[in-house]
Amino acid sequence: MATLDIQARSATTTPSPGVRQQLDVAKLIDISKCIGCKACQVACMEWNDLRDEVGHNTGSYQYPPDLNSKSWTLMRFYEVEPEPNRLEWLIRKDGCMHCVDPGCLAACPAPGAIVQYSNGIVDFNQDHCIGCGYCIAGCPFDIPRLAEIDQKAYKCTLCSDRISVGREPACVKTCPTGAITFGSKSDMLTHASTRVADLNSRGFQNAALYDPPGVGGTHVMYVLQHADRPELYGLPKDPTISPMVELWTGLAKPLAIATMAFVGFASLFHYVTKGPNSVSKEIEKEEEEKA
Amino acid sequence: MTNHWVDIKNADLIIIMGGNAAEAHPCGFKWVTEAKAHRGARLIVVDPRFNRSAAVADVYAPIRSGSDIAFLGGVIHYLLSNDKIHHEYVRNFTNAAYLVREDFDFNDGIFSGYDADKRQYDRETWDYQLGDDGYVQIDDTMTHPRCVHQLMKQHYSRYTPEVVSNVCGTPKEDFLKIAEMIAETSATDKVMTILYALGWTQHTTGSQNIRSMAMIQLLLGNIGRVGGGVNALRGHSNVQGITDMNLVTNVLPGYLRLASDKEQDFQGYLDARSPKPLRPNQISYWQNFPNFWVSLAKAFYGDAATPENNFCYDWFPKLDQPYDVLHMFERMHQGQMNGFISQGFNPLASVPCVRKVHEGLSKLKYLVVIDPLVTETSEFWRDMGDYNEATPADIQTEVFRLPSTCFAEEAGSYSNSSRTLQWHWKAADPPGDAKTDTGIIAGIFYGLRRLYEQEGGAFPDPIVNLSWDYDHPLEPSAEDLAREFSGSALVDVADPKDPTQTLAKAGEQLSGFGQLRNDGSTACGNWLYCGSWSEAGNLMAKRGTNDPSGLGFYPDWGYTWPANRRVLYNRANCDMQGQPWDPTRATIHWNGQQWVGNDVPDMRLTAAPEEDVGPFIMHPDGVGHLFALKSMAEGPLPEHYEPFETPLGVNPMHPDNPLALNNPATRIFPNDREQLGGPDEYPYVATTYRLTEHFHYWTKNVLLNSILQPSQFIEMGEELAAEKGIKNGDQVKVFSKRGYIRAVAVVTKRLRGLAVNGRTVHTIGIPIHWGFIGVAQKGYLANRLTPFVGDANAQTPEFKAFLVNIEKIPTTTAV
Repeated sequence: MATLDIQARSATTTPSPGVRQQLDVAKLIDISKCIGCKACQVACMEWNDLRDEVGHNTGSYQYPPDLNSKSWTLMRFYEVEPEPNRLEWLIRKDGCMHCVDPGCLAACPAPGAIVQYSNGIVDFNQDHCIGCGYCIAGCPFDIPRLAEIDQKAYKCTLCSDRISVGREPACVKTCPTGAITFGSKSDMLTHASTRVADLNSRGFQNAALYDPPGVGGTHVMYVLQHADRPELYGLPKDPTISPMVELWTGLAKPLAIATMAFVGFASLFHYVTKGPNSVSKEIEKEEEEKA
Repeated sequence: MTNHWVDIKNADLIIIMGGNAAEAHPCGFKWVTEAKAHRGARLIVVDPRFNRSAAVADVYAPIRSGSDIAFLGGVIHYLLSNDKIHHEYVRNFTNAAYLVREDFDFNDGIFSGYDADKRQYDRETWDYQLGDDGYVQIDDTMTHPRCVHQLMKQHYSRYTPEVVSNVCGTPKEDFLKIAEMIAETSATDKVMTILYALGWTQHTTGSQNIRSMAMIQLLLGNIGRVGGGVNALRGHSNVQGITDMNLVTNVLPGYLRLASDKEQDFQGYLDARSPKPLRPNQISYWQNFPNFWVSLAKAFYGDAATPENNFCYDWFPKLDQPYDVLHMFERMHQGQMNGFISQGFNPLASVPCVRKVHEGLSKLKYLVVIDPLVTETSEFWRDMGDYNEATPADIQTEVFRLPSTCFAEEAGSYSNSSRTLQWHWKAADPPGDAKTDTGIIAGIFYGLRRLYEQEGGAFPDPIVNLSWDYDHPLEPSAEDLAREFSGSALVDVADPKDPTQTLAKAGEQLSGFGQLRNDGSTACGNWLYCGSWSEAGNLMAKRGTNDPSGLGFYPDWGYTWPANRRVLYNRANCDMQGQPWDPTRATIHWNGQQWVGNDVPDMRLTAAPEEDVGPFIMHPDGVGHLFALKSMAEGPLPEHYEPFETPLGVNPMHPDNPLALNNPATRIFPNDREQLGGPDEYPYVATTYRLTEHFHYWTKNVLLNSILQPSQFIEMGEELAAEKGIKNGDQVKVFSKRGYIRAVAVVTKRLRGLAVNGRTVHTIGIPIHWGFIGVAQKGYLANRLTPFVGDANAQTPEFKAFLVNIEKIPTTTAV
C-alpha cells in the first residue's frame, strides 16, 4: 500500500499524510457458518508463500497448536456446553483483528515498523522491526509472534497487498461457505445484522456482532452465537489496550523517543563541533606493527 | 444425486445422515449455508460423532454406527402411524396401493424364500399380484391387507420410538423431535433433502440404509421435487463418472447389466432387460435396452458387430461368479490370480484387512501400478518396520510402476455428484516419463493385440476385433473418446414418425439417446452420455451462467445426464393435473398440449396428465418402489440387522433368531468369518472416516494438507478415556482381531457412550488418511483393523461399524 495511505506510524512524531482518505474496510467472520475446513489457513500460507512445519497432533483438530510466524491465521476449536446437555463445537478463525486503536502500534518503539492505513489495516513492516516484542505485549488479542529465525514480529496483513489492488483477502476468496466476507465496514455491519436476525430465529437470543469498543472497534469482526460470552470462543470479553502500554505511549514512549532523539542530536552536535572520529597516527602505527 | 448441488439451496429441511457433508464436501456444503441463510432452512445431523456438519446444525442426534435402518424404520413408523404422508403423491406416484403376492412373508427377521446354507433368497414370492390382463392389481383405498401400504404399516409397527432408542442409543426425545421435523415436509409446500455418502454405503446393510431414506422421501412426496430427492455426495471428483462408465465387473457402461453364463441366448438376454409395462400407459423406458446395448456393441466392435453375429454378443463376458473387489482379493489370497493391474487404485490402503491384501499381493507373479503417485500398493514389498512389515527377499511379485498424469496434466470430462459432465483442459505437461492413462492402456492393448494376432491364443476375437478408430491410436485424445461415448450415426437415422425425415446423417454426432437404434445404425459408448458431444459441439465445455428459473438450474453449464435434465423424476414436482405442487419452486408443468418449463421434462412430452403416466419411467409400473420387489438381495422392505461385528452379540429386533443376527444375504468367506472378533475381547465400536484436511491417501503427499493435519490420531469420548486411563494427546494402540494401529488419542466430548439394549456402547473414531508414503508423518493404514465383508448387494466393505479394543501405550522413560 502506498505511503500516501498511512494514517498512523509507530514511534513517529511527524504528522501522517492526509489528502487521501480510503474507505474503511472490514472482514466479517460468521462463526455460525464456519465448518472449520482450514481452507483459510491454506490460502494464507499460499498467498504469503509460507509453509509451516509438518508437526504432530497434540490432541486436537487444531493445527498448528498456536499462531506462529508462519501461520498468521488458525482455526481454533472449542468444545463447549453453553447450557447443560447442549454440546457445541465452536470453531473460530483466529488472527489479527486490525483494531481501530491498535495496541501493537501504540507499543512499538521502532519508527515505522507498524503502520495503520487509512482503510483501517494495521500492517507490520518487518524491515523496520527491532524484535523487541512490545507489540505482543501491546496486543489485547495475543496475535503477533516473533520468528525464531530473524527475531521479527509477524501477523496477518489483512492481505493489504491484495486489497490495494482491489482484491479481497485470500482467506475470504477461498472460504467455501461464505463464513468470511469482506467489504466496507458499514456494509459488513449491515450484513452482520441480517446474520444476527437469522441466529435469533434459531434460538440464539444472545447472538450479536463482536466489534469491541475498548479498542475503538475492529476491522475484523465476528458474528457470535453467544456474544454475551465471547470467552467461549477464546475471545476477551472487553479487550482494551493494557495500562502498561497506555503508560508507555502516554509518558514513557515520548520520553524514550526524546532521549533517543537527544542522543542523535548530541551526536550530530559532537560531529559538527569536533569533526569525524579519527585514529591517531600513533595507534595506526601500533596496529601495523602488530600485523 | 437425484437432484444437484445448487438445488440444496431450495430445501426447507436438510438432513445429513450417513455422511458428513461439511467435513467431506466443504465446497458443496455452501448450498446448505445458502438454504439456511436465505430460505431459513433447518439442518439436522444424525451421526455417531458430533462432527463438523453437526457444528453448524440446528439439531444433532447421536446414533450407534450400524443402526440406521432402525432409526429410519422408526421414522417410517412415525409417518405412517401419525398419518404424516403426502397422500396424493403416495397413492399415485408410489406402489403403496399395489397388491403383493399372498405367499410373500416375513417371519422373525427372515423373508420368504431363504436358504440358510447358501445365505441367499429365492426371491420368487417378492412380487406383485398380477391380473389376467398382465397388469398389477391395485387397491386405491390402500386398505387391502396385501397392499404395500398395509404391509409397510405392519412391518414397521415394530419400530416404535422406544425400540429405536433401544437399538440406536439415540435419546427418545431427540428421535421424536427429528421425526416431527421430517414429518412436517409431507406438506406440499415443504421439501426435505437428504445428503448421504459412505456413512450409509459402507455397511453390510448399506444399500438398504439408502433405500430406507428413499422410502421416507417417497412417503413425504419429496422425490422429483425441487429442493428434495435422495442425494449421494460422491467422494472422488469423478467417481460418478466411473460409476456411469461402470468400471465394475458386472455392468456395462450406462448401467447395462452384463449377462450371466446362463444367458447364452442373445434375444433372451435383451428380453429379460426390456420389461413390458406392468400398468396401462406406462413408459417402462428400459424397453430401449436393445437400442442402448447394440449401440454400445457397435462402439466396441464397429463393422465386426453385425445383426448376423448378434452384434458380437458371444464376445461379451458372461458372469459365472461375482468378481467384485472383495471376491478379487479373496481369489488373490487363495493364490488363484497371477497378475493384477491397479490403475488409479491403492488397494493395500483401500481394501479391508491389510494383512490379507498384503498376503494376496505377495502371491502374484506381477503387479502393474498405474498412478501419478507412489502408493502404498506399489511399495507393498518394502520393509517399513512397524508400518509395513515385509521381507522383500521373500516376495517374488514383480512390480511395474507406470507413472500416469494427474488431472491438470490432461484434458477430459468429469461427472460430478450432480450427474453433470464438465470438460476440463490440460494445464501443464506431466513430469518425467509420465504418460496419460489412455496412452498407457493403448500401449498395453497394442501389445496384447499383436500377441493375439501372432500367436492366436484361446479366444483372440474380442481383442483383435476391437474397434480402435482414433486419430492418435497410441494415445487416443480425450476429444475422440468423448465423441465416441456420446455416439454417432453410422448410416442415416430416419425419424420413426416420418421416415422421409432424417434425424441424423451418417457420420454425424447424435443429439440424444432417443436416436439410438438396435439395428446397428448407431454407435454409442454410453447411452446416458449420448448427446453430450452433439453436432453443436462439446456441450460438456459449456459455461453459461444464465439461470432462467432463478432456482439455480444453470442449464447451459456443462451437460447433465440424462438429456441435460437437472432434477430426475421431475414429473413428480407436479400434481395430478400437471401443475407444480409448490408454484414458487416450479420446474416443468403441463400447458394443455405438452410438458414445458425450466428443466428437461422427465416424461414423454405429450403425455397428458389424465393418461396417468407415472413419473418413475424406468420402472415398468411407472411408480416409486416402497416395496422393492426382487431388486434387493436381503428383502423388499429394509430390516435392521446388526453389523457383522456387533457390540451386542444379538439383534435386539430378533433376539431369538440367530439367522437374523446379521444381514442374512451377505456373503462372507469362511476364513474371513474366522477373523471376526466378539464384544468380549473387542468391546468398542470403531468407525473409519475422512477429515476435511485430507483426500483419501493422496494428500499426505501434499505439503500444505500435511501441515494442517500432520499425524495420525483416533478419537474417543471422555468417559471411555477416563475408564481406560487415557489422557488427551496420549499414544494409544487400537486393535481388532485383524491388526492394530498406533496413534495419538484425541479425547473429546463429541463422542459419547450410548445406552443400547441394556449396556453402554462406546465408539472409537478412526480417521483414515495416514500411511507409510508421503510427506505427512508416517502412520498405520486404518484398514489393518477392518473386516473383510461387504454389503449384500454392492459388496461395499463394512468400514463403518466393527469392533476394536484400545489401550494406552506406556511412555518409555529415557535411559
